[in-house]
Amino acid sequence: MFVALRDLKFAKGRFALMGAVVTLITLLVVLLSGLTAGLGRENVSAITDLDADHLVFAAPAQGQDISFSDSVIPAGTQEAWTGVDGVASVEPIALGMSRVESGERSTGVAFFAVGGSSTLPPAAVRGGEVVLAEQAAEDLGVVAGDTVAVGGTELEVAAVAGRDSYSHAPVAWISTADRPTTGADPTAATVLAIHAGAADLPAADADLGTETVTVADSLNAIGSYSSENGSLQLMRGLLLAISALVIGAFFTVWTVQRSPEIAILKAVGASTGYLLRDAVGQAFVLLLFGTGLGAALAAGLGALASAAVPFVLDPATVLLPAALLVVLGLVGAAASLRRIATVDPLTALGSAR
Amino acid sequence: MTMHLNDVTLTYPDGDGRLTALDHVTVHAEPGALTAVVGPSGSGKSSLLAVAATLITPDSGQVLLDGTDLVGLSRAQRTSVRRKRIGIVFQSANLLASLTALEQLTVMAHLAGGVTTAAGERAAELLDAVGLAARADRRPHQLSGGQRQRVTIARGLMNDPSVLLVDEPTSALDTERGAAILDLLRRLTTERDLATIVVTHDRDHLAHADQVVEITDGRARVLAAA
Ligand SMILES: Nc1ncnc2c1ncn2[C@@H]1O[C@H](COP(=O)(O)OP(=O)(O)OP(=O)(O)O)[C@@H](O)[C@H]1O
Ligand SMILES: [Mg+2]
Repeated sequence: MFVALRDLKFAKGRFALMGAVVTLITLLVVLLSGLTAGLGRENVSAITDLDADHLVFAAPAQGQDISFSDSVIPAGTQEAWTGVDGVASVEPIALGMSRVESGERSTGVAFFAVGGSSTLPPAAVRGGEVVLAEQAAEDLGVVAGDTVAVGGTELEVAAVAGRDSYSHAPVAWISTADRPTTGADPTAATVLAIHAGAADLPAADADLGTETVTVADSLNAIGSYSSENGSLQLMRGLLLAISALVIGAFFTVWTVQRSPEIAILKAVGASTGYLLRDAVGQAFVLLLFGTGLGAALAAGLGALASAAVPFVLDPATVLLPAALLVVLGLVGAAASLRRIATVDPLTALGSAR
Repeated sequence: MTMHLNDVTLTYPDGDGRLTALDHVTVHAEPGALTAVVGPSGSGKSSLLAVAATLITPDSGQVLLDGTDLVGLSRAQRTSVRRKRIGIVFQSANLLASLTALEQLTVMAHLAGGVTTAAGERAAELLDAVGLAARADRRPHQLSGGQRQRVTIARGLMNDPSVLLVDEPTSALDTERGAAILDLLRRLTTERDLATIVVTHDRDHLAHADQVVEITDGRARVLAAA
């Protein structure tokens, strides 16, 4: 990279401009990634954090997909699942949206109603008790020992534990007996959280009229999650594509501009491979600086913003998009490589520039 | 080492037909000898150098570098020959904008594998030989036309070639500076035992030559040394 590095220094202005573009795109992509992950987590963390590997849903009607809001598993089916060979544990959960009130204050929650001996909640919950996620307790200004009303039923706050939320609402763990009456069968569950072990799941599903999916696959059954996540991912994808195009265009123009110099280098004996390595190395340096700066800025902004908006700051939201931009940038820059290969060294001779 | 062009014919595509730029040209350049090539504009002088420099493949004929025919070598092989055995000085001083005078030379070592201390010393010594030791860290835009041309000559010698090909080195210079460049080429040719071919349009330069080749309409005629 003898010439490439000196070009970077010599044409500072041009490369700084391009570096700034890469920095800004990285900033955008990383912020968007952090926000997507943050919003996603607010939507699904109560599900992904469940101590289970599969969720059992009621089989949807023909042509429909499984859904948390439509699934109803009657007591008989719950019983039958406990008897399925190989299944290690079966925990029914009835869940839905509700309000919690304490004096003047109230907040929306997702209630997760479980059996008295369930190990799913972060702290044990018996009849007449509620375990509130931190966010809900904070909104209501309550601590353990206080009394709140969940969907009209007075319950004692047994513990404030966990940061789980579902469908953008903090979770309130309650006992099945205390679940807000929604008109539905009070003994029915929404889903069963199971450890599948070696069980033959398709056979059990066929027998019992259910559909069992992994916890990860169950997320799409949360109505808002798939649409929200989909549109944010689309934006992210477009930004990545735009960055590859912009970087490709920059390096193509740059290559055209310096083709006389490429011709000279070829004429004095630079192999095409040498020139390609030089060009790729130059793009790599530019991308590394641009994305590095952008990711650092985004991490700083994200840390500030996470106080106000859901924002996840981890390698998957910061380093991964930055690395992806480097790769896509190199793909863009690769578009200019063909031009390097086709420059004729003969043009260096006698050409009065 | 010798550079022999034997019976070289070169044509360029020209509309429907072909334009003959070199018509059965034979030129022998010997080590330590300076061959001057003269002729009117468009007669084929640059084409002759391009063929000798392996930048273009002739339609027929041989380009023998110490007995080895360069015609028919692969592109990579020709690139390697240019890098190791042939120094080229272009019609206009073609330097790289971002490099200092010294780096214009050390980049040649980098092309050939790596910039060693010895290469750095050699570059400094060559710059000194062309009288530019004090300008080593100037970039091309900070040098005069003559100084740039001298850097190009020093660059051409960096990888210790046996053949030096020079295309109108003085076209951008006044008479006095042009004469100085020719003096320099004459001295380097003798000192380093180069087979040098210089294209020039200035008859005054012929006094420096061991051999003069005149090209008219692609045909070469060897004149006696002036
Ligand atoms: N790449 C090319 N394609 C087609 N024709 C060319 C090409 N290069 C040169 N020619 C033609 O070949 C002939 C010889 O050109 P050449 O450049 O060798 O002349 P020259 O003697 O160096 O002229 P000058 O003194 O003006 O530099 C000219 O008629 C020119 O138009
Ligand atoms: Mg010419």
